[in-house]
Amino acid sequence: MQIGSPAFKQNAHDALGDVQLQKALGNVRRGFIDKRKKATDRLPEFDALRDEAKRIKDHTLSHLDFYLEAYERKVTASGGRVHWAETAEDARNIVLDICQAARARSVTKGKSMITEEIALNDFLAENGIRPVETDLGEYIIQLRGEHPSHIIAPAVHLNKEQVEMDFRRVHDHLPVARDLSEPEALLNEARMVLRKEYVTADVGITGANFLVAETGSSIIVTNEGNGDLTQALPKVHVVVASIEKVVPTLEDASQILRVLARSATGQETSVYTTVSTGPRRKGDPDGPEEYHVILLDNGRSSMLGTEFQDMLRCIRCGACMNHCPVYHAVGGHAYGWVYPGPMGAVLTPSLIGVDKAGHLPNASTFCGRCEEVCPMRIPLPRMMRNWREREFERRLNPAAQRFGLRFWAFFARRPRLYKLGAGLVIPFLAALGGRKRRLGWLPLAGGWTRHREMPAPESRTFMQQWRDRETLKQDAGR
Amino acid sequence: MSGRDAILGRVRRALGADSDDAMRLQAVEKRLARPPKGVIPARGQGSAAEKLHLFCTEAEAVHATLVKVRGPEGVPAAVAAYLRAKNLPAELRMGSDRRLKAMPWQRQRSLTVRYGASDGDDLTGVSHAFAGIAETGSVVLHSGADNPTTVNFLPEHHIVVIEAKDIVGDLETALGRVRRKFGRGEMPRTVNMITGPSRSADIEQRLLLGAHGPRSLHLIVVEG
Ligand code: SF4
Repeated sequence: MQIGSPAFKQNAHDALGDVQLQKALGNVRRGFIDKRKKATDRLPEFDALRDEAKRIKDHTLSHLDFYLEAYERKVTASGGRVHWAETAEDARNIVLDICQAARARSVTKGKSMITEEIALNDFLAENGIRPVETDLGEYIIQLRGEHPSHIIAPAVHLNKEQVEMDFRRVHDHLPVARDLSEPEALLNEARMVLRKEYVTADVGITGANFLVAETGSSIIVTNEGNGDLTQALPKVHVVVASIEKVVPTLEDASQILRVLARSATGQETSVYTTVSTGPRRKGDPDGPEEYHVILLDNGRSSMLGTEFQDMLRCIRCGACMNHCPVYHAVGGHAYGWVYPGPMGAVLTPSLIGVDKAGHLPNASTFCGRCEEVCPMRIPLPRMMRNWREREFERRLNPAAQRFGLRFWAFFARRPRLYKLGAGLVIPFLAALGGRKRRLGWLPLAGGWTRHREMPAPESRTFMQQWRDRETLKQDAGR
Repeated sequence: MSGRDAILGRVRRALGADSDDAMRLQAVEKRLARPPKGVIPARGQGSAAEKLHLFCTEAEAVHATLVKVRGPEGVPAAVAAYLRAKNLPAELRMGSDRRLKAMPWQRQRSLTVRYGASDGDDLTGVSHAFAGIAETGSVVLHSGADNPTTVNFLPEHHIVVIEAKDIVGDLETALGRVRRKFGRGEMPRTVNMITGPSRSADIEQRLLLGAHGPRSLHLIVVEG
């Protein structure tokens, strides 16, 4: 996928003015937050499970080499094959080789952020293989030639009228009179179209929520059942997963599963939790004949042992973006790459480089809600701050911002000058605010005041007011 | 250098691994052989009757429907009643599970039973669960000729028979049973944990049942 992160500022600006998008984003605010809260309140052990989940991942990451080797041994023993991919390009080529060996003409795909990360669909299409997304949300955005705007609700930026228009445009068998105004009708239409695709596809590609070292299994969770049809029907099942998905045992996966669904959609558990191990066995009447796993690094090993290692605990639940005021305001596409929201603001610079990720670490109000709700207790705000520091060190932020910071720092280090300056500016701004006590325009901050008014300050500085209060108190005490 | 060696090499260097390799390997082997128990929610840990009750409540909360029957002989009649109530044709698809085959299907006249994997043309499939999980109201099934995986996903309606005695409190215990049946570190091709019928909220966050998997999930709990 092309990187649009450097344009975050412009993207965000456009998003704020997009009426359709703003309406759709209301569904994120309304939909996810209450449901998560209800589900976590219902489970008294939730916080203890979060601690345990964090411990499990920390342990696995500090023994990652051995767990990966153990995992590989078990996959091989169960008749599957492990492929190692250092980069996105390596992973794409491996998938293509497998597809070509199977003489594949079309592949079905379960929802997978990793295949978005390696931009698999375009690559397969360029090589004459038709990729078909089967998750309803993914299917819709594939029709639109878009990318997911949310890691678990890829089409959350759309309204049903837009989906209807796309279905009418692409499904040419649809009679004009057919009523598609309700989501039910749209779902049934997609169900019917995709049924045929499952049966004719030669290869099915899924991601993985977990890889289990003990058994060589991959685990996926879905609500639609599309991931299961994708892996049960074609001759070949390919799992694309990044190296940090491995956990030691089935027990460890179970612990983390309990916090995953609750944090993501507020469900007690997803409808389908599927543990897959190797190809079909002797006597099995169904299932794929080949089972491949592609282990992708793509920058993750360089996060190990750094201040960004904690990010590798992420289980892609989406809670951080569901609770993020910046995400609520601008949606996922503004972030310009695969991973939006707070987790994207940390992960994107790690994976594609801070120079290409542009303003992402600044897309935060530091309200701290993301860290509060993250089931894996990832210190997202701290890591965004780390990226900001690196950005500053590497002089990546714009000259005006650097000048502003240096200007402020100059005064902040000289308290007397600071007091004098503030004493002059504050009454001036207060006067400018007039009786409304609001400023519609500010020198040097036109961008900010174009969309909102700035409350005018009191006519005296904080320090002056504080001194007055203290004097009053002392007088009263006397 | 192969991708494998390059990746593992980078991981090792990043972890500063060389010095304490032996200890780290020991820790890994120990954990794989004896997984720690972790945090198990108290709500699934009651008596057998409480487990059964919780299983039913949780399953119904996620839109599964449920009936209880006395003994396996009662299952075919319960299936026939369900098909009639739903106005479905009297046709079923199922695998070769011996427990299912031993049931008196012939007593339900006009009921046609087809055996083997589903090819996508079946309206109703019947499976026998390996276990049930009380804490979430899930049924556990595994692949094989007895209960083919396609029966879980292709038919429009999925009926799952579960014996009350196979309902366990929590996910770990259910997976522990799989492990006991197949051996440590060995797994069937697929284990499906199914909790309610298929659904999607991808259009405007509105919950809709029957996305790609079955539109309805009907559980028949066999007691006694
Ligand atoms: S950072 Fe935390 S909250 Fe965000 S997606 Fe990852 S695990 Fe979920």
